Amino acid sequence: MSEGIGTKFDKVCAILDKYEHNPHKLIAILQDLQEEYSYLPEDIMTFVSTALGVSPSKVYGVATFYSHFTLQPKGKHVIKLCDGTACHVKKSHDILNALEKHLGLTAKENTTPDMLFTLELVACLGACGLAPVVVIDDKVYGPMTPESTLALVDKIREEEGVCGDN
Amino acid sequence: MITKTLEERKQAYLENLSKYKARIMICAGTGCVANGSLEVYEEFVNKIEEHGLSVSVAVGLEKEADYVMAKSGCQGFCQMGPLVTIYPQGILYIKVKPEDVDEIIEKTILNGETVDRLLYVSPETNKPIGKADDIPFYSRQRRLGIKLCGHIDALDMEEYIANGGYAMAEKAFTQMTGEEICKLMIESGLRGRGGGGFTTGRKWELTRIQEDPVKYIICNGDEGDPGAFMDRCLLEACPHSVIEGMLIAAKAVGAQEGYIYVRTEYPLAVQRLKIAVEDARKSGFLGKDVFGSGSDFDIHIMEGAGAFVCGEETALIASIEGNRGMPSPKPPFPAQSGLFGKPTVINNVETFANVPVVMQMGAEAYASIGTATSNGTKTFALTGHVMNTGLIEVPFGTTLRQIIGDIGGGVLNDDGTNCGLDYKAVQIGGPSGGCLTKEHLDLPLDYETLKSVGAMVGSGGLVVINQQTCMVEVARFFMQFTQSESCGKCVVCREGTKQMLNLLTDIVEGRGTAETLELLEQLAETVKVGSLCGLGKTAPNPVLSTLKYFREEYNAHVFEGRCPANQCEAFKKYIVIEEKCKSCGLCARKCPVNAIEGAKGVPYTIDKEKCIKCGACVESCKFNAIMIG
Repeated sequence: MSEGIGTKFDKVCAILDKYEHNPHKLIAILQDLQEEYSYLPEDIMTFVSTALGVSPSKVYGVATFYSHFTLQPKGKHVIKLCDGTACHVKKSHDILNALEKHLGLTAKENTTPDMLFTLELVACLGACGLAPVVVIDDKVYGPMTPESTLALVDKIREEEGVCGDN
Repeated sequence: MITKTLEERKQAYLENLSKYKARIMICAGTGCVANGSLEVYEEFVNKIEEHGLSVSVAVGLEKEADYVMAKSGCQGFCQMGPLVTIYPQGILYIKVKPEDVDEIIEKTILNGETVDRLLYVSPETNKPIGKADDIPFYSRQRRLGIKLCGHIDALDMEEYIANGGYAMAEKAFTQMTGEEICKLMIESGLRGRGGGGFTTGRKWELTRIQEDPVKYIICNGDEGDPGAFMDRCLLEACPHSVIEGMLIAAKAVGAQEGYIYVRTEYPLAVQRLKIAVEDARKSGFLGKDVFGSGSDFDIHIMEGAGAFVCGEETALIASIEGNRGMPSPKPPFPAQSGLFGKPTVINNVETFANVPVVMQMGAEAYASIGTATSNGTKTFALTGHVMNTGLIEVPFGTTLRQIIGDIGGGVLNDDGTNCGLDYKAVQIGGPSGGCLTKEHLDLPLDYETLKSVGAMVGSGGLVVINQQTCMVEVARFFMQFTQSESCGKCVVCREGTKQMLNLLTDIVEGRGTAETLELLEQLAETVKVGSLCGLGKTAPNPVLSTLKYFREEYNAHVFEGRCPANQCEAFKKYIVIEEKCKSCGLCARKCPVNAIEGAKGVPYTIDKEKCIKCGACVESCKFNAIMIG
């Protein structure tokens, strides 16, 4: 996308206006920005700190404190695997291992090179009655097995026109 | 702005409701939606119209219709979803699929018969049960705070009003003084349901007597405990009850603004709250001149951003102020200096939902429920290895025997068989809580008794753990959670939890010694004493409580080189079952470390010293001849 410097921060400005440049609304502002960009780019965070009159370290501090924020671009489809107590005792780790193996991901490298999937291990999603639970793009699935989870992933791959073995 | 009184709206709603021949209520809580309840909803609408009948999507719409649909919030019986209830009979169908809809319409809705195959079958008598109220899961509960959850259309404010909703808020604003409300709350003995168990009325009274004219009410919906979901259920199923509770609190202390802080992991709860707040504003229950009383009160909704520590009240306040969610020392208490330095009442979602109930029942009647020190009821999220998982509400003083046996329907083994009450442990109170064992089967659960055995009510997560689960691994799991959620402010919490996790990992991975255990215990005490907030203070609890009740499991890992539950990878042994081995040699070729030897006609063997437990041999064997023991 070719955006000039003049228009690059238009969306950010609109979000800042929505919250009346109120530094107390920093978390809500960052949430809206992440919704817009799918992650928090560094230059945007610097811009926000100047606009709100707070130090960049404060913005960075908040952005890195909360697990919902990410400084790395995420894949098109976000797979959240619940590792709450109920899911854990019902073997959510078997699903994690299967997914990591299937997608070639690790805890550090959690987005596929083709930017199709990001795998996140999250704390309780509150759907413990269905444990173990997997959430793909905000749709909740459960109770899951490694096999049924991989089937879901493959279905998405198929829909995206990517063949199973990359 | 208010044109009709609450009583007039109630009557109008009931009259409208009586015009329909039947009402079809579909559970649209997170659990049932995941199981496809919205597809079932659509199918009902389509099929009824295919029958040439008319259907309305809400009560009281201008359009005349024969039938009316409703989406309720979580009904608690998540495992049996999607749940469909047909009124006026109140017949509950479980695990309903779109293809079942036709039959339900034909039989139940048009002809008043039941579809037996979709009814819940009692495992005790093997007979189908038609009505939800007769199912042991429900009939053995006592629902007060979540009474309306799943029984009303979550988004229909008129239905909440028809069930007595907002009457108590109106009474508080128009007929009572703040002092009277605080007194009533103190007398009822309602205690904070978020875990601390502080008397709600005292908290309010302390805020009320502050002279600052600006005060805040905060509803803590940052339900981060893994394995707990009662707040989610309440916010999804009956958001108005939480708003009403906050309104009463606002009147009690004289606050003008309120915040509801909800986890971002609960998108449906956030969405429904937003609609509910907007509806309440439209009716003049929120905003300027609430109930025509001359006082103002409005509510903002703030989404959390994923930090467990924000469940701690001072950390949550920091988060609303736009800072990192780090706790600060108390005193000053939030009641004295809270949000933006102003006196603030901060209560949990469930506590607020119970406030209108307390007012309705009266202090004395409410105080008569429960035990001597813990009044009323408590909602628990019953999960883990139990037959009926879901949300339950029981009076304080109920025992595990009643909860797991009568309501939960027994404990499940890994292979799916039911072993009655033969659980290994019940983890209560999440990562801050502790374990209960079979010796606590008849312990009346309340704030004090749980504390006396090293556990806590917490927010109310009850995770049942079966005999096939390793307790050291469970302790490690919780430590991993608290370690990653430690905010980093206190050194002993930040570094201590990390070292405790390392020690537990050592034990689980077979590197533990007597010294590891000793260090672990010492460190647990240090972290407990040296941390500022509840997260650090309670982080060692799961370790201490498993050490207390399952010491032999720790000892087996450390001194005997085995995991009694056979769960920890490091202690697993790969053995070839001689009778099954066909000596094909495939496993030997697959083994990356050449640990398998054998020859044609002779069963292969695995050298335990060389084996790295990668599992490649098990995967390769076509005859299932390699066993993990």
